[in-house]
Amino acid sequence: MTIAVLSGKGGTGKTLVSVNLAATAKTSIYIDCDVEEPNGHLFFLPEGVQEEEISVKIPKVDNELCNGCRKCVDFCKFNALAYIKNKLIVFDEVCHSCGGCIVVCPEKALTEKEKFIGKVQKGTSGQVTVYTGILNTGEASGIPIIKKLLAEENMEENKQVFIDCPPGSACIVMESIKDADYCILVAEPTLFGVHNLGMVYELVKLFNKSFGVVLNKCLEEENPAEKFCLEKNIKILGRIPFDTKLGTLNSNAEIAVNKDEKYRDMFSSLMKTVAKEVRCNETTTNP
Amino acid sequence: MKQLLILSGKGGTGKTTIASAFIKLADAKAYADCDVDAPNLHLITGWNAEPAKTDYYGLPKAEINPELCTQCDQCRQNCRFDAISINEKYVVDPFACEGCGVCAYVCPVEAIAMIPAVAGELMLYSDGEKAFSTAQLKMGSGTSGMLVTEVKKQMKSAAVDAGLAIIDGSPGIGCPVIASLSGVDMVLIVAEPSVSGISDMERIINTAAKFGTKTAICINKYDTNIENTKKIEEFCKKQGLPLIGNIPFDSNAVKAINNGQTIVDIDCASGAATKKVYHKTMNLLFEKGGD
Repeated sequence: MTIAVLSGKGGTGKTLVSVNLAATAKTSIYIDCDVEEPNGHLFFLPEGVQEEEISVKIPKVDNELCNGCRKCVDFCKFNALAYIKNKLIVFDEVCHSCGGCIVVCPEKALTEKEKFIGKVQKGTSGQVTVYTGILNTGEASGIPIIKKLLAEENMEENKQVFIDCPPGSACIVMESIKDADYCILVAEPTLFGVHNLGMVYELVKLFNKSFGVVLNKCLEEENPAEKFCLEKNIKILGRIPFDTKLGTLNSNAEIAVNKDEKYRDMFSSLMKTVAKEVRCNETTTNP
Repeated sequence: MKQLLILSGKGGTGKTTIASAFIKLADAKAYADCDVDAPNLHLITGWNAEPAKTDYYGLPKAEINPELCTQCDQCRQNCRFDAISINEKYVVDPFACEGCGVCAYVCPVEAIAMIPAVAGELMLYSDGEKAFSTAQLKMGSGTSGMLVTEVKKQMKSAAVDAGLAIIDGSPGIGCPVIASLSGVDMVLIVAEPSVSGISDMERIINTAAKFGTKTAICINKYDTNIENTKKIEEFCKKQGLPLIGNIPFDSNAVKAINNGQTIVDIDCASGAATKKVYHKTMNLLFEKGGD
């Protein structure tokens, strides 16, 4: 069973929820798909880390063969090529690795070379297998890293998989939730939080995912995120109170469930609710 | 026009809260929300009128005409984005298609057309004196960097005479952030005193440094973890980066935002600290020889 944790807005508690659920589930897999700003590893401090560099293919020019026809320049939709001062120049950062320039070059002057954009780390923390994707700074897209992170060989059978998603609702989030069986949306009780919850709500509906909401940082006051869920008839999986102790543990990158029984109980009961929801959705094929 | 961009790396550290306060304090004539994935600035900038909306077209999406398709498989083999699949006939997944046009090029029978696709919506609030440019990316769309560039272009052309522009950025370090960095005069990074926040801050500082952009840092909710705040202070000192202020955690801030107000609209501790950060930022942004 694969569970993706997402939120739209940043800083609502995606990592808090996914890390603590993975630690609660014991033998589980935690995958950090927030490759631009990965944080889960700071909590798990995985051991025995193996690292794999991730590369994309970018064009390489043989200036001897290039005759300056500019077919590649005209073809490239991403403006990654320019012919300046009798020389073909490749702008690596904007290249999308579509391979079009190589296909269109009549002189076979273009070949491909590997360009490293980041890495995937695998390690263990107790009984949790921790995968972390890290995009190099200055690189535009972490999608190839996410594809590698979510490759089938990483999904061991009979293990709970928790995917910590990036913020937003763009392509990178879509890629992260693609194969998830269930989505947990984490929302905070602010005007911004509700607006962005609305966006990821549209996203999970668009992809026909089963989902529920965890309300984080709950105060005594009226909760606009809760109101949104009630109006839209969205399953509320649990409520995490605004709690200074939890906040401090989390800001020190401590896994709350390993530190305090109170939080262990809270996340165990959340885990039970989620598992029940997933089972329900499995029996009713069309949620 | 001097452009100030507010970034954070980590999400939820207070970019929009601080941007909206700065806009108020500066009575800014030009401002923009470049977080096209999850825009929020429009919720508290007090525009009542409807914005002028324009469809934003990203790259076109491939479409296969099944009547012409001979199922030669060339398109599927050449697509780098795994966007073409066989489901009795050949079909394109519009979410996976990046619009590169390779499939249409290799198709021997011209069965593939590139169809224009709306990837988002640009919005411009303007009253002749002030201009606020923002946008909303369509769900699951992939060209956020290009849309960010359009948002900034729209802001600049709507407020050519403005001396200052305040731009609210997006979290992360990837394409929308890189697009928002281009051409700005200074970046203010809103840091948060958590282990995660520090890690993310270092990554966004490195990203801004790659573009040679002048950078200053402020710490939001600094009193939620004094030890980590000290670590950030030491880091800034070591790197020679200006740390221009600390803003306390303030439950009034949430109340103000939930009422659609900025934190400088009400009398509160976070608002008062933000004012100080604002003045220091302006001094750095407009300092002579600072370019």
